[in-house]
Amino acid sequence: MMKMTVEETEQLHEEPETSAAPQQLDGADVLIQTLKKHQVEVVFGYPGGAVLPIYDALHKNPIRHILARHEQGAIHAAEGYARVSGKVGVVIATSGPGATNVVTGIADAMMDSIPLVVFTGQVATTVIGTDAFQEADIIGITQPITKHNYQVKDVADLPRIINEAFHIASTGRPGPVVVDIPKNMATGIFIPTDETSYEVNLPGYQPTTTPNFLQIQKAALAISTAKQPLILAGAGILFSKASDQLVQLAEKYQIPVTNTLLGLGTIEGNHPLFIGMAGMHGTYTANMAIQTCDLLINVGARFDDRLTGNLAHFAPNAKVIHIDIDPAEIGKNVPTEIPIVADAKEALQALLDQNAPNGNTAAWLESLQINQREYPLFYEASEEKGLLPQQVVELIHEYTNGDAVVTTDVGQHQMWAAQYYKFNHPHNWVTSGGLGTMGFGFPAAIGAQLAKPEAKVVSIVGDAGFQMTLQELSLLQEMRIPVKIVILNNQALGMVRQWQETFHGERYSHSLIPVQPDFVKLAAAYDLKGYKIETFEDAKVQLKEALASDEPVLIDCRVVQKEKVYPMVVPGTALHEMIGVKPE
Amino acid sequence: MKRIITVSVVNQSGVLNRVTGLLMKRQFNIESITVGHTEQPQISKMTFVVNVEDEQKLEQLLKQLQKQVDVLKVNDITEKSIVVRELALVKVVAPPTVRAEINSIVEPFRAATIDTGKNVVTFQVTGNPEKIDAFIDLLKPYGIKDLTRTGVTAFVRETQKVHTPQLSIL
Repeated sequence: MMKMTVEETEQLHEEPETSAAPQQLDGADVLIQTLKKHQVEVVFGYPGGAVLPIYDALHKNPIRHILARHEQGAIHAAEGYARVSGKVGVVIATSGPGATNVVTGIADAMMDSIPLVVFTGQVATTVIGTDAFQEADIIGITQPITKHNYQVKDVADLPRIINEAFHIASTGRPGPVVVDIPKNMATGIFIPTDETSYEVNLPGYQPTTTPNFLQIQKAALAISTAKQPLILAGAGILFSKASDQLVQLAEKYQIPVTNTLLGLGTIEGNHPLFIGMAGMHGTYTANMAIQTCDLLINVGARFDDRLTGNLAHFAPNAKVIHIDIDPAEIGKNVPTEIPIVADAKEALQALLDQNAPNGNTAAWLESLQINQREYPLFYEASEEKGLLPQQVVELIHEYTNGDAVVTTDVGQHQMWAAQYYKFNHPHNWVTSGGLGTMGFGFPAAIGAQLAKPEAKVVSIVGDAGFQMTLQELSLLQEMRIPVKIVILNNQALGMVRQWQETFHGERYSHSLIPVQPDFVKLAAAYDLKGYKIETFEDAKVQLKEALASDEPVLIDCRVVQKEKVYPMVVPGTALHEMIGVKPE
Repeated sequence: MKRIITVSVVNQSGVLNRVTGLLMKRQFNIESITVGHTEQPQISKMTFVVNVEDEQKLEQLLKQLQKQVDVLKVNDITEKSIVVRELALVKVVAPPTVRAEINSIVEPFRAATIDTGKNVVTFQVTGNPEKIDAFIDLLKPYGIKDLTRTGVTAFVRETQKVHTPQLSIL
C-alpha cells in the first residue's frame, strides 16, 4: 500500500509552476493528485453540479477521462477495463441522478468482485439532509452493494480515504468502493496538520492470503488418493493471476478442469483436460463429472445457484476442497470438508510444493472422454432454417483465432458465447455473471479496448440488451475505439422467450420486439460502418471482413428467433437431470 | 435457536446501519440490539440477540459480520459462561389501595421505584430477560400503562467452565 513520506506531503503544497500568485490546494486537487499517485491511467465519468470542482481540478491536472454518454455506460466501461487490465476501475459521477445511475454497475461489480473506486459528488455538508437540489443518500443506497463506502466529512481525511478505498477495492476479494464527496469538501482548502494521516488504517480489514499448512497437507493427500478428482475453476484464479498454477496442478495430477461462467479462460479452451463450462447451460460432461467425482476442488468459485442446480443433489459423492480468499463463501452453499482460506495463487503453489504422489486418474479421464464424444455441444443447422447464433459465435472464434477479448450482456447470446468461444488466454472474457445486467457488454467492451488497445475486442450482444446502452456508440465515433459489436439479433428477449416457450405455455408476454431500429443506419448516424448479415454464407464473408477491420464496426446478425440454448439444467432439478443433451 | 452475539466495531457514523442492513439483507431477524462505547472511545460494542435456523446459518452470520471493514471482532457467546442483563422501566397502575400489595410483589425482584404519582408507580428492574418477563407478567393484572426495555447486553465471565468449540475456520 502506498504511503506518503513527509517530502511527498510537502510536494502537495508546491505551487504549480504556471501560477503567478501563491495557490493553495483544495480537496479536488488533492483527489486528482492522489489518483495520479495510484497510477490511475484513465477515469470514466460524467460531470455535473456537485463534481464541478473535481472536473475543474481535472482540467488543471489532466488524467485521461472518458466521457461516457450515460453514467451507467461509464461504470460498465470501468468494469470492463478492470476485468481485462486487473487494475482498479475509476468512475466519477455527480450527486443525485448521476450517483443513482451508477447503482446498477456498483451492484454488478459487487456480485462479480470487480475492483472499482466510484467517486460520487454530493451536496455540501451544510445542506445534506435538507432534500437539496440533486441530493440522494448514496451512502445509504449503496451500503448493501459495496464492499465499503465513505462520505468525506473533513478535507484533511481525503488522501487517507482515497488510499483506503483503493486498498479495499483491490485486495482480498475485490469489489466496489464508493467515496461520496460533498461539494464543500472538494472546494475546501486542504490544510494538513500533524494529525493528518495518509496511511491506510483499517484494523478490521486483514484479508488472509496465506493458506493454512495443515489444510494444504490434507488437500494434497486427498488429491493423491482420489480416483475421480475434478477441479472447478472460478474467477478467483483470474484475480490472483493463478492460471499457470492451475494448469500445472491439473497437468501434474491429471485432474480434469471445469469452469464457472466467470472462470472461462483460466485454462485454455482446447486444453485436453478441460471439459467445458459447468452449470445451467454447461456441458453434459462437466455436469456429470461434478455429479460423479469423488473429490471436488473448488478454486475461487462461489457455488452460485446457476452452477449447482438443486443443492440437495449437488456432487453427492464428492469430498469438497474449497479454496477462497473470502471465508464467508466457504460452507455458504455446499458443505466443505477441507476449507482453505487463501489467495488462489498461494494456495495452488503450496499444493504444487507438496509434491504428493500421483493418483491414477486414467480410467476417470477416459470415462469423461467417452461422455465428451457421446454428448458434445450441438446445434442443427440447415440452409432453410437460416443463420444460427451458434454459427456466428463459432465464426467469430475462427476469425479471431480464440485470441479476442469477448464481452457480453446476459441471456442466450451470453450462453452461446460461453459455450462456443474457446479462449486461449485468461482475462479475455468480460461478462455480467452474478447480477446478469443487460446493457453491460457494449460499454464494457469500450473499457476493455482501452485496457488492451492492441487486442481485438468483440462485443457479442443481444438486440434487446444493446438497446439499453447504445448511446455509447458516440464514444466509438468520437475516439474511433475499434470495438466490434456483433448483435445476435433474434428480435426478442431471447432467454425470456425461451423460458416462456418452455415453462409458460408459449405465452410470449412482452418478450418479442419485432419493431427495431435499422442498426446499419444507426451505425451510420454515428459515423460507423454497419453490416447486416442474414445467411451463413454472408456471415462467412462479411463477418471476416468486419472483424479484420481496424475501425469500430457494428454487425447486425439476423439469427433464427426460435433457437434455444441447450443443454439445460431446469431450475429445481439436479445437474445430472439436464435436458437437451442430444439431438432428438 | 436464539444466539447472543457481540460485535466490536470502529466507532464511525453509519456502522450501525451497515451491520443491521447486513442482517436484513441476509434475512436474519434481530430480537434486540444494544450499542455503546467501550473503554476505548474509538471502539463501540454491539450486543445482538438473533434468531437463527441452524449452525450453517449461524456460521454465515458470523462470517458476514466479520467481513465488514468496520467490524473488529465477532463473538457468539451464547454457550459461554456469561452475564446477561437487561433493564426495563415499567409504569403500572397502583392506586393507594393496592400499592402495598404491588410493592410486596416487586420486592423480590429488587426493582427500584423511580417515579411515583397519585395512581401510578414507575419501577426500574434489571436482570436477565426471563426475570424481566416474569416481573412484567406479575404486574400485568394491575394494568401496565407504559413499558420500555433496553434489550440485552452481555459479558463473558472471567472464568469459563468449558471451552466451546470455535465455529470459525480461521
